[in-house]
Amino acid sequence: MLKKSHYIFLVCVVVLVLALLQLPVGPMGKLKLAISGLFLPLFGLSNSTHEWLGVVTGGLTPKTELLRQNAELRQQNRELQLRVAQEAQIWAENGRLRSEVGWARQTRWRVKLARVVARDPSNWWRSLEIDLGARDGLRGNLAVLTADGLVGRLQSVGETRSQVVLLGDPNLRVSATVNNTNSETGIITSATSAPQAGGMIGLDFLTGATLAQPGQNVVTWGEGGVFPAGIPIGKIVDIQPKEFGLTTEARVKLAADMSALEEVWVMLP
Amino acid sequence: MGDAAMNWRSTIFVLTATFVAVFLEASLGLFRNLLGAQIDCLPALMVYAALTHGLATIVLVAVCGGLWFDSLSLNPLGVSVLPLLLIGVVIYQSRELLMRDHVFAQVVLGLAAGAVQPLATLFILLNKGTAPALGWFSLWQWLVMAMGSAAAAPVCFWLFDRLRRTFEYQPVIQTSFRPDRQIKRGRR
Repeated sequence: MLKKSHYIFLVCVVVLVLALLQLPVGPMGKLKLAISGLFLPLFGLSNSTHEWLGVVTGGLTPKTELLRQNAELRQQNRELQLRVAQEAQIWAENGRLRSEVGWARQTRWRVKLARVVARDPSNWWRSLEIDLGARDGLRGNLAVLTADGLVGRLQSVGETRSQVVLLGDPNLRVSATVNNTNSETGIITSATSAPQAGGMIGLDFLTGATLAQPGQNVVTWGEGGVFPAGIPIGKIVDIQPKEFGLTTEARVKLAADMSALEEVWVMLP
Repeated sequence: MGDAAMNWRSTIFVLTATFVAVFLEASLGLFRNLLGAQIDCLPALMVYAALTHGLATIVLVAVCGGLWFDSLSLNPLGVSVLPLLLIGVVIYQSRELLMRDHVFAQVVLGLAAGAVQPLATLFILLNKGTAPALGWFSLWQWLVMAMGSAAAAPVCFWLFDRLRRTFEYQPVIQTSFRPDRQIKRGRR
């Protein structure tokens, strides 16, 4: 059925694809963002439809319900204002004490809100695309989080969009510490049995004689230069010894709900 | 000329469907949230393209579909192209032996393509030294992908058949009745 010219054509295509596969990570990331730019009109349309549906369903909400929500939000707003005022005092005190001890002053987190436009269509990677890019001051390796906790980090940054690699993906390893008396450290890896099933990931390389217990909080350690210290990651669900008891692996329930991400915060440098 | 134009129109339909399929896979989380796995429609589209179109369309669907898919994924760019091309060429070479109009054959081919495509992609990924998130749960995901592709293949055939009928010139049906040779009965 196939003629000689067909075979030559197919071989040329295969060679071109193999050459493409050999591209370095940087140019490949740029090329990927350029190709995925073709989907921008569809993603824009999808966002507009989503917003329009929100407006329509908002219009259908009864007035009593809206008034109730409004009162609830006002109360939350007053509570948050109180907390902000309290935090300003604590922040000033912290700065004064640090300068007395001679430690470097802590800097406040600067964050920017981004909308999630697409998710990884394949089943073996955990990533998503957001609608902010280099134009908005983003660069590679910045931390991405929600109000609940850490989500991932920026993998590649285009002009107007960026790709975020999520917690649980093999490409993302985070040094984390357990909030207990020992402040034990480990590495966040992807879960091996069921990747991110039920929002679970693994905290590996804890010591064999660990004091980590289920229910304890896990936060970023801060070493490594990518993630600042203290960003919540999740809670320990269970622990089990590995490598004949030399190390311990803990399963961690993520604080952020990865299946319902619509907006995320990018932590600016 | 008419046939060539029709072929190109049909190829554009298939490519548009490929584009929309990749977009929906990236933007809709229904199957991912419900079944824990995303369904990939590209193998089913490739089955349709390989059974009804020429080699140029097969290559276009494999290259465009693969690149579009990889551009939205953490896959190395181009890794999905070769498995799709392999499926397309294998089916194209034996399409004279396949009963493409039968739904059962379409389902079986969709199932086989949906099962082979992730395995071949994984083979290339592992050979490239990239280790994706795999575990026992991946078997379930593989099953969902294969079943999804099996279900999508007859839908593709039905959809493109309807589109073809809408845009194709319908043949003029000539009846055997000729008014000028009507037999008139009765007395003169």
